[in-house]
Amino acid sequence: MHFYTYDGSFEGLLTVVFEAYERKEWPDQIGKAGEAPAGIFATHHFIPTQEAKAKRVWQGLAKKLSQAALENVYKTYLWEQPGCEMLLFRFVRLVFASPQSGIEENFAEPVVQKIAAIGKQMFREKHRMEAFIRFQRTQDGLFVAPINPDFNVLPLIVGHFEKRYADQPWLIYDGRRAYGAYYDLEQVQLVSIEELPKSLKKGQLPTDLLTEVEPLYQQLWQVYFDHVNIPERKNRKLHLRHMPKRYWKYLTEKKPRVQAHQPIQNKQLPTGVYRLQP
Amino acid sequence: MQHTVIEKLSILADSAKYDVSCSSSGGKRKNEGKGLGNAEGMGICHSYTEDGRCVSLLKILLTNFCIYDCAYCVSRKSNDVKRVAFTVQEVVDLTINFYRRNYIEGLFLSSGIFKDADYTMERLVRVARKLRQEHKFNGYIHLKTIPGASEELIREAGLYADRLSVNIELPTEASLQTLAPEKNFTEVLTPMSHIKDQLVLVKEEKKLFKSTPAFAPAGQSTQLIVGASPENDRQILTLASGLYQNYELKRVYYSGYVPVTADSRLPLISTPPIIRENRLYQADWLLRLYGFGVNELVDEQNPQLDLQIDPKLAWALRNRQVFPLEINTADYEMIVRVPGIGLKSAKKIVAARRFAPLTWEHLRQIGVVLKRAKYFITAGGRSLERREWDEEVIRRRILFGEKGDRNGLWGSQLDLFSQAG
Repeated sequence: MHFYTYDGSFEGLLTVVFEAYERKEWPDQIGKAGEAPAGIFATHHFIPTQEAKAKRVWQGLAKKLSQAALENVYKTYLWEQPGCEMLLFRFVRLVFASPQSGIEENFAEPVVQKIAAIGKQMFREKHRMEAFIRFQRTQDGLFVAPINPDFNVLPLIVGHFEKRYADQPWLIYDGRRAYGAYYDLEQVQLVSIEELPKSLKKGQLPTDLLTEVEPLYQQLWQVYFDHVNIPERKNRKLHLRHMPKRYWKYLTEKKPRVQAHQPIQNKQLPTGVYRLQP
Repeated sequence: MQHTVIEKLSILADSAKYDVSCSSSGGKRKNEGKGLGNAEGMGICHSYTEDGRCVSLLKILLTNFCIYDCAYCVSRKSNDVKRVAFTVQEVVDLTINFYRRNYIEGLFLSSGIFKDADYTMERLVRVARKLRQEHKFNGYIHLKTIPGASEELIREAGLYADRLSVNIELPTEASLQTLAPEKNFTEVLTPMSHIKDQLVLVKEEKKLFKSTPAFAPAGQSTQLIVGASPENDRQILTLASGLYQNYELKRVYYSGYVPVTADSRLPLISTPPIIRENRLYQADWLLRLYGFGVNELVDEQNPQLDLQIDPKLAWALRNRQVFPLEINTADYEMIVRVPGIGLKSAKKIVAARRFAPLTWEHLRQIGVVLKRAKYFITAGGRSLERREWDEEVIRRRILFGEKGDRNGLWGSQLDLFSQAG
């Protein structure tokens, strides 16, 4: 039994793949340094990251896979669920063992199907972050958004926000994974804040940090949200399916109202003709 | 001052919400040179209302003052409501500030008609121009085209907007005359064909000169109100299909009628026709993406879509002679017609069967909804069902499950459905 460990980086994981091929000792388990193997009889190999080896594996994959399938390999790493490393390894073996390209479309193969499913899951979470991130503007002009995604999608969304907000400095911070992406109008850097203010974890920046008009725009957004709703069509199940509750604490429109919602009386209906849906 | 913006936003968002389009996809505006915003391809729903609709754009009216008196509209002239109007600058500020905070993909600006069509249209265009030119805004802009506005203004609107739309609202001239006597079909279709002509022209010129400025790159759309007038689904879908073919429309939206005013010309209903609206959308997708023709979905004998089951299943049940399909050999065009198999699953099936013959287990993994599909396909010559069921049985089993005799339940649920209609 072979138990490989790596430093937790994507390059480290690819280096493990390289070494396993080099040694012809196929892993039964792959874990991050410090993790214990499942059985006491396992031979333990710690593999230090080597960029050159990682690159060769990556380029080898790039030759045989479509861009989307190649990205799915990276997404499987960012998925972070138990067993993701072995899944990635089994997929890579399948790719290298297959004589023709296009193996990523063999959906009858369980590993292929699983990797595709992970790719879909990651895409959905990435897309949710692109939708649900809410920036709050501080006094020094920085737009700050705390996040807490189900999977480690921050590396996947940076490009989107860099293109979109090229003319404003921003910080997107993943509270759970304790790192963020900071854009300073020139480039994006990964940053880590030693002691994260509690308010950031809760999704709301303290008022004294915010620029003067910030509360007004947050209120305007809430007012807008309340008024686009059509009460006659209320469908809470659908609402929750699209916007699961775990995202709410970061969503401006789901925070407590400064002023209670005041419906507009613009309908002239005789009473009793029209009733709300049960 | 602040109070007024909040109040204006309340009123003008509330009056714009019955326009159902909120799409933000199909834009081709790249952020070049560090401006604000980027609208490439895919749309994003930034939030969802409590009725489950996507909120992608800041959808507002510039004003709810209106010279028209259309029976179905909250902003109708005779409705006794508070009237307000945004200034151009207010709309620009709201859009930019909402966009910077990642609340929205962009702006959907419509308006009541004050003074006349050109006067109104000119103001809508001014907002868009200011966003694009002064603020280097590359987010999504959808402008409503006011029927009767000059060709010149429409052309300018298309330079700044990603999408233009003209709402037909009522599916026949007769209904339009009853409920919106100041409007007529010609007035609505004229700007639509102007837009179409421009779209075609720019597409041609683009082939010759790459520098030709874009014109409404996300195309044009329209909306039909469903349930305010007596048209059946066949009339509605025939109109939609004609619009797709003759006016290069990207989308036709269907808005289930929500009563907003008491008017003897309008039907009295207890709930908006949400299920019917949903069935029309499903049929619309089948027309645009699945290769179905209107006559396959509705015809003289069945002018209404079935409210209980989706139109694809309804078609399959009426056309049992086509099935079962062998999944390992059938053409893609036929596979997409199987209930329970969507476009993505169909593509996966066609890709995966190159490697090995597919079994039922493979189909399940691929994401085929076997509960529906199993009555219409075989995998490797094998069927999951040991006997042939007739149409009524399949319908019942798909709707209410396969266990036991549920005739009692069947009856009561049917009743619910008929109420929902």
